[in-house]
Amino acid sequence: MKTAQQIAHEVQSGATTAVAELGRALDAVRDRNEELNVFLYVDEAGATSAAHAIDERVARGEVVGPLAGVPIALKDNLCQTGVPTTCSSKILEGWRPPYNATVIDRLLAAGAVPVGKTNLDEFAMGSSTENSAFGPTRNPLDPSRVPGGSSGGSAAAVAADMTPISLGSDTGGSIRQPAALCGLIGMKPTYGLVSRYGLIAFASSLDQIGPFSKTVMDSAILLEAIAGHDPMDSTSLPEPAPSLVAHVNDGVAGQRVGLVRELVEGADADVVAAVEQARRALEDAGATVVELSIPEFRLGLSAYYLIAPAEASSNLARFDGVRYGNRIDADDVTAMMEATRTAGFGAEVKRRIMLGTYALSAGYFDAYYGQALKVRTQMIQAFHRAYQQVDLLLGATTPSVAFKFGSKTSDPMAMYLSDVFTIPTNLAGEAAVSVPFGTGEAGLPVGVQLLGPGRSEARLFAAARVLEIADGRS
Amino acid sequence: MTLPAGWEMVVGLEVHTELKTATKMFCGCANAFGSEPNTNICPVCLGLPGALPVLNERAVELAMAIGMALHSTIAPSTFHRKNYFYPDMPKDFQISQYDLPINSGGYLDLPDGSRVSVERAHLEEDTGKSTHLGGSGRIHGADRSLVDYNRSGVPLVEIVSGPDIRNAAQARAYASELRGILIATGASDGRMEEGSMRIDANVSVRHAGEPFGTRCEIKNLNSLRSLQRAIDFEALRQIELIEEGGTVRQETRHWDENLGQTSTMRTKEEAEDYRYFREPDLADLAPDQAWQDRVRAGLPVMPAQRRRELAARLEEPSEAQLDAVEVVIDQGLERFVHAAAEDGVDAALALSRAANELVAGLDGIERLSPASFSATVAMEQRGELSATQAKTVLAELLAHGGEPRDVVAAMGFAQLSADSLGATVAELIEQNPDEWSRYREGDDKLAQFFIGLVMKATKGQANGKSVIAELQNRR
Repeated sequence: MKTAQQIAHEVQSGATTAVAELGRALDAVRDRNEELNVFLYVDEAGATSAAHAIDERVARGEVVGPLAGVPIALKDNLCQTGVPTTCSSKILEGWRPPYNATVIDRLLAAGAVPVGKTNLDEFAMGSSTENSAFGPTRNPLDPSRVPGGSSGGSAAAVAADMTPISLGSDTGGSIRQPAALCGLIGMKPTYGLVSRYGLIAFASSLDQIGPFSKTVMDSAILLEAIAGHDPMDSTSLPEPAPSLVAHVNDGVAGQRVGLVRELVEGADADVVAAVEQARRALEDAGATVVELSIPEFRLGLSAYYLIAPAEASSNLARFDGVRYGNRIDADDVTAMMEATRTAGFGAEVKRRIMLGTYALSAGYFDAYYGQALKVRTQMIQAFHRAYQQVDLLLGATTPSVAFKFGSKTSDPMAMYLSDVFTIPTNLAGEAAVSVPFGTGEAGLPVGVQLLGPGRSEARLFAAARVLEIADGRS
Repeated sequence: MTLPAGWEMVVGLEVHTELKTATKMFCGCANAFGSEPNTNICPVCLGLPGALPVLNERAVELAMAIGMALHSTIAPSTFHRKNYFYPDMPKDFQISQYDLPINSGGYLDLPDGSRVSVERAHLEEDTGKSTHLGGSGRIHGADRSLVDYNRSGVPLVEIVSGPDIRNAAQARAYASELRGILIATGASDGRMEEGSMRIDANVSVRHAGEPFGTRCEIKNLNSLRSLQRAIDFEALRQIELIEEGGTVRQETRHWDENLGQTSTMRTKEEAEDYRYFREPDLADLAPDQAWQDRVRAGLPVMPAQRRRELAARLEEPSEAQLDAVEVVIDQGLERFVHAAAEDGVDAALALSRAANELVAGLDGIERLSPASFSATVAMEQRGELSATQAKTVLAELLAHGGEPRDVVAAMGFAQLSADSLGATVAELIEQNPDEWSRYREGDDKLAQFFIGLVMKATKGQANGKSVIAELQNRR
């Protein structure tokens, strides 16, 4: 399987064509999509015409871009003009957006070929893709296990060699956790680095779009192509995209790394062992690793499960059957809205809407949502203190390797704990990357997490590259 | 209207004004009234999944201008989401300001000398507009509802007064004065009939000197007349209720213009919990000093001061003249009166012509220069034109433009010569000997009789004063 970097190079040089690479991707989708349920929609016609257009530009001698002819999978919460976009929810079934998300415009400008839309937990709420209204996605490495979530489909597309890269969104770990479970690089960029315009919101203050890939370099290329200020997103950082590709091989010599006790606490032994080996690999490459404790991380999960549902309860109000998506008719407009939402949303989405509505209600606001905001402020301060001592933090991405279907669906709290190590980064608006490092139970990959302050993506990729090399992958 | 003895009403107003920006508050769609339904819409103002708001800076400037005119403090502010389900609100939440509005405090001085405090003036977005077909025309019981989202996302400022208003006429004066300020600042066109300015009134009653009573909020009063009538009705309703031993329930009430009554919309128990929280898609709003200074430098003179300056042209102005001053200021026509006064023309005459003839011909006001107005009124004052002729000349100038002298000539209003007028008067005296002798014997009322005849004979071209002079000469 070629990397995105190789494909772009070969397409630009004429060694292969975008059409041929797309054909190979579509073949892979045909081979395994029925088994794995990765893509909810394959835009064969749109992708084919995009690939032809790129080949014509190459033929005319144009420099197409860093993703020339690279097939890419898109999480189905990203709006693409004319392409069905469902958020894996029955409430949006059949809806075709009339506009492109900013990231899609930027992908097209970079020469990428969007192949289709991938499965997710409904409205990105979940950690296993079992909450999809259109059935779960299976982990390509072991189809009896989950790929993680919520961006399980985008992770599986890359893990199954359907596309070399994909985009997911990460609200509490929804890129890093499936990356860990599928043996991929997955990054949650600094809040505001990538425009959210056209990303269907789950929790607006936490959501970020980010890359999946098999190599660090591919994630760097992809993130560099989609990052940078967007006037359509008021929370977008003011500066243009940072230089990432140029720093991938910077190494970690002289870097101070903090191994965070709370980011391995409660993890399985195979996961703890992998983190310990990653520590040695970083030290071997010239980094200094110190152990530290950030007790505030223990409060992250509780704060997250108030803030994210609160924002979601408001963000998901618009799915009322009035303007788009499904409508269940009833006697009057209020009854129509109720019937539409009752039939359209799945159990986990309803659970979170109710939780969020409660947390924002008069009389409970201060005790729940208000308190969670205070914890969030403490989390930001705790990170800030840590980054005065060290350049990066190290820990596990998730407490265990990929788990079996149904093993956590009956206990929401057990499922929520899958994100206990990833949530602090979202609350603080900072960056983190999951890197596959070694294997654990049943030979499944383990994800190690590197965390950095805002705008530290170049440093994170450089450290991830060190682990990639130490792990014997390229 | 006076309330029963011992009773006092307490009124506070919430005035919503649409801002006169070119585009909507959070997207680039046109902010225009009267377009085909659902033509000024985009993913943002339709609240499509994934769309995000971007704040319109012009809306912020107009909101600051309103605050400055109301002597408010401009402070760093935030946006919140006000959550409730309604089909004409695309996101099922409204982006508004909550605990930290852009303008806090302030006041508005009314022409009668009273001062009404302003609690806040904050930014928010408008909703779409529903039309309900069948049933009563309201949402419940309708067969079908249609929604036009052209208005969705139009910027609004809500101006909340303190509970300082004590009668319906004062409420009306406050709304009227505020409307003048909104027009003067360019923030709004003030067209209540188009919904550019909508008023909610909070009304309670008490015995003078006692604590505030329980208030009711009357929603969506769409004219100054409705405002005044609704407040009077509501205060009397509450007084009657209390005097019959009942108590006022805190509730939201609907004003029926045809019935002249308010009725319950929803009670406090049915009130929504809006679950306000910070809008995570927008940054905080903290206009820096330089931006505030630019807005302040661009502020025009407010109506109250313009009224004072115009009234100062008159010697001991009468009530009627003060009303005329208000009309002229409301319509922004004082430059005509000032120009005439500077030219030495009688300000009272110029004011009267501006308040009547210019207001009647507002559509053509661009065709008339202050100098032409002044020249026309000057001719009337000198007796070169009769009042009727002067009015006709002004109407012609407003309708088609041109120079006053040319219009006077073209209309044949060239001054009747003294000889010609004398001849006409002499002839009429001869034809009416009885009236003439009574006039000569001192019955001055008959002067009007002769003026009428002269006007008829000259088709209105004679000047009344000149006719009297001719009559006096022959007495």
